Amino acid sequence: MKNTTWTAKLAHFFIWALLILLSISIIVPFYWMVVTGFKNNAELYNNSFGLPEVWQVKNYVTAWKVGVGRFLGNSLLVTVSSTVLTMAISSACAFGLSRFQFKGREALFILVLAGLLLAPQVAVVPLYRILSAFGIYNTYLAMIIPYVAFRIPFTVFLIRAYLLDFPKDIEEAAIIDGCSTFGIFIKITLPVSKPVLASAALLAVMNFWNEFMMAMIFTSDNNIRTIPLGLSTLKGTLSTDWGSLIAGLVIAAIPVVLLFVVFQKQFVRGMTAGGVKG
Amino acid sequence: MRAKKITPFLYIFPALAILLVFVYVPIILNFFWSLFQWNAYTPGMNWVGFDYYVRLFQDENFWVCLKNNTMYALISLVGQVAFGLVIAAILESQYMRSRSTFFRSLFFIPSIMSMTIIGLLFYLFYNPNVGPFNALVHMFTGMDTTNLDILGSPETAIYGVIAVSQWMWFGYMAMLLIIGIQKIPDELNEAAYIDGANQFQVFWNVTIPNIKEMILVDTIVCVVGSFKLFDEVYIMTKGGPGYSSEVLSGYIYKAAFRQDEMGYACTIAVVLFIITFLLSLLQMKVSNSGKE
Repeated sequence: MKNTTWTAKLAHFFIWALLILLSISIIVPFYWMVVTGFKNNAELYNNSFGLPEVWQVKNYVTAWKVGVGRFLGNSLLVTVSSTVLTMAISSACAFGLSRFQFKGREALFILVLAGLLLAPQVAVVPLYRILSAFGIYNTYLAMIIPYVAFRIPFTVFLIRAYLLDFPKDIEEAAIIDGCSTFGIFIKITLPVSKPVLASAALLAVMNFWNEFMMAMIFTSDNNIRTIPLGLSTLKGTLSTDWGSLIAGLVIAAIPVVLLFVVFQKQFVRGMTAGGVKG
Repeated sequence: MRAKKITPFLYIFPALAILLVFVYVPIILNFFWSLFQWNAYTPGMNWVGFDYYVRLFQDENFWVCLKNNTMYALISLVGQVAFGLVIAAILESQYMRSRSTFFRSLFFIPSIMSMTIIGLLFYLFYNPNVGPFNALVHMFTGMDTTNLDILGSPETAIYGVIAVSQWMWFGYMAMLLIIGIQKIPDELNEAAYIDGANQFQVFWNVTIPNIKEMILVDTIVCVVGSFKLFDEVYIMTKGGPGYSSEVLSGYIYKAAFRQDEMGYACTIAVVLFIITFLLSLLQMKVSNSGKE
């Protein structure tokens, strides 16, 4: 590409134009969100795009006080417990499915994997009833258990694929040395699968942190609700205080963006293994 | 590994038990309960057979939902898969490759955010009183926007929602394809260039065939996702005005938890199940035939 012809120059011009235009289209809504979070209503109506004259930090205080703080705490609790449970149950299952020879192994794997084809959307009504029957409707468990259940197939799939590619030599040597299978699982298998565990956990965290539908249907008490749902109820509570509502959105967006910036690599690696949206 | 016969099952059991009770049983019950008339708070169920299915096919709102889901899928195939492919091709072209990191990350960011944040953000962004959207449209097109209310008009509401999804997901799709493109061995490209192919020909004859599977995965993800759609619509329009922007999963929610017609909600869910299931099956077949 040493002799850049005029057609190449033209192509480069259009490429840059397109990329810059797209970048602007992504930045503008976020920019608007951040500046609006610092405005009062009068300024919001009269000066939609400019910087605020007086930076209304109190919007953030208001948003935090009417519930964002509480919702964040709930989200943290639900996300961490769901992730720990998902990882423990799924890694054990993947270990069982990849490190033992037994009859019916493929059938069991297919049974687990078939869960990937099923969406919570088609099961909400019976699930609602089952959770009520167990007496856990409107508790943290009403979110945690379905989250874990619908996350297991994908997580098992990821970990099992990794374990199948990983040589079993060390584990087999340990068996000969008289180590129990549980000892092997904890001391050898889990440590060697750290990269895939990290990716799977990260994807699970993102998924749980952002989940909306089940949280809405399986809980009714604002005190236990998570941030996505909490924000949508703020739309009612702060119906005229736009600045504070948007400040709430900004607060909620920060943890996810930080997580992404720190763990971008693991995130992308996990994503490509699955190609599953959301 | 050799161990007692029961040992592997001890590891598998917890996962299987949870899956059975909270995934498989509900799906099966859903089929069964679509044959009954029942409510959330009154005990007892009345057998109605396939009455709800007959009603469903005569229900105008159901067809509106189906149409909206289909529109969503079709537009997303262009706006996410095809456009994502164009962006991936540009970012991975010889010229852009070394300068693409910033764009790649920026385009990807919307997809990691919670739908509630994005949904509420655009709900306000589109709002004719508070949001800047109308002013922007006026600025760029000169159109009179005094009466423009994207999410508030039955004709435009669903398209307002669909547009947000394209904005949110095109970068994610591009990222998936970029990773596929990066896995193609350099020798393949080099060989093509030595044979005198230009960039466009290399893209068409080397890149595309090598990421065929990735494109297919994107297509599946996109179409199935379009039928599972719930959050976007619920947060921005609640399916309104009327039923104009309602989608199948939103209609399940409305029937079950707003109108307390549990059996009817299960019936809609059965249809949604069949659609998503058949689509996955169809896509799998296509992917097999693609191997030649």
